[in-house]
Amino acid sequence: MTDLFSKFDPIIAMREGLLATGITDPFGLVMEKVLSPTTAICNGRETILLGTYNYMGMTFDPAVIAAGKQALDEFGSGTTGSRVLNGTYAGHRACEDALKEFYGMEHAMVFSTGYQANLGIISTMAGKGDYIVLDIDSHASIWDGCKLGDAEVVPFKHNDIAAMEKRLKRIPEGAGKLVILEGVYSMLGDIAPLKEMIAIAKENGAMVLVDEAHSMGFIGPNGRGVAEDQGCLGDVDFVIGTFSKSVGTVGGFCVSNHPKFEILRLVCRPYVFTASLPPSVVATAATSIRSLMHGANKRAHLWENSRVLHAGLKARGFKLGTESPQSAIIAVIMPDLERGAAMWEALLNEGLYVNLARPPATPANMTLLRCSLCAEHTEAQVQTIIGMFERAGQAVGII
Amino acid sequence: MDRAATEAKIAALLAPFNTKGIAVGDATSFAGDLEFDSLTVMDFVAAIEDEFEIIISMNQQAEIETYGQLVDAVVKLQG
Repeated sequence: MTDLFSKFDPIIAMREGLLATGITDPFGLVMEKVLSPTTAICNGRETILLGTYNYMGMTFDPAVIAAGKQALDEFGSGTTGSRVLNGTYAGHRACEDALKEFYGMEHAMVFSTGYQANLGIISTMAGKGDYIVLDIDSHASIWDGCKLGDAEVVPFKHNDIAAMEKRLKRIPEGAGKLVILEGVYSMLGDIAPLKEMIAIAKENGAMVLVDEAHSMGFIGPNGRGVAEDQGCLGDVDFVIGTFSKSVGTVGGFCVSNHPKFEILRLVCRPYVFTASLPPSVVATAATSIRSLMHGANKRAHLWENSRVLHAGLKARGFKLGTESPQSAIIAVIMPDLERGAAMWEALLNEGLYVNLARPPATPANMTLLRCSLCAEHTEAQVQTIIGMFERAGQAVGII
Repeated sequence: MDRAATEAKIAALLAPFNTKGIAVGDATSFAGDLEFDSLTVMDFVAAIEDEFEIIISMNQQAEIETYGQLVDAVVKLQG
């Protein structure tokens, strides 16, 4: 018998090799108690959270929590059904209404996760004979959506406008075209030149889908994302987003002005064949989304946090993923996995939690310590974080 | 462009990626013999696409394991 698990042997060996050095397992961390959007108890000690994607700090918002509790009381713990059968409650509609208002768009469709939103929309829309042109650094959910569908998949070099245009122009005449971009690329925290790319996509007759998972609530005058910030949201056919970042719960969505959009509710399998989100989740999401519409002050503070942390780490000699702060993600580039894991552990011992990102999830096989800031991080916390990085970096010999 | 001319151009494009100087023939495999990782594949495919002004979609790439198969695919894609 061939062991079907033998294909995982290289990654098992890599993991064992790393743990044999005596390091704490970076993927085995348990948060024993969560105190606030920015602090938790990990390994019995209070730890500053700098790797949660909780950009707007909505997870402990009193109105959000109250809405969830009320929905639990009034609608129960779960829907036990698909959206197209018994799984559409008043709360799901209210949540979609909040999204339509947030984005100023005609249609909104809520999925059970952001991953499923990409999986469902991409695989359903782009079928046999159609072409998907996408950035090579796209998120796993986008790649999996491509794999689930039957379209021809054509990647181009990250953020390379000319490479995208050349490929669009080579697509056979008459074929359907979908260009997939992200507002913020989550590994390095860099943004896309959406304005230029979307203009070219439109000139070449393509529909455009933009994943704004890491920008919602934060980037753009109304927090609608990078496309809004660059003044091209009106040219985006489909915006994909998530509730598990700025919104502070779980779920995914697509908003669009496409006149036939609603048919997706009947033909999109990852939407049809999944139980819908629990009433408490959609209630917290709707309340949070409506609150994010008025989040200008929090947005300003989050930008300030991002600028201060970026400048502080750069001044101390760390190599960062972007020259200037472009989002709420600051990626600190590590020389290799061993020292990246050592640095991650040193930071945890200091009382700071960040994400350790390693190949193959990272571009160019980099090892990254990914920091995601929160609007609830205080100025003092950001200074504390910089001090922790400095001590840990010196201890591990990275700076 | 005939197979020989196409092959000559591909050989020239492959050279900078063949860092170990492996002798390349039709049966040479990209993953096994040339040890291409996904990043190398992307850069190499992009170079070929731009040279011949074609698209080699991921779906087509999945069918191409050897150098000979690549040359055949590029000949075909040029029409």
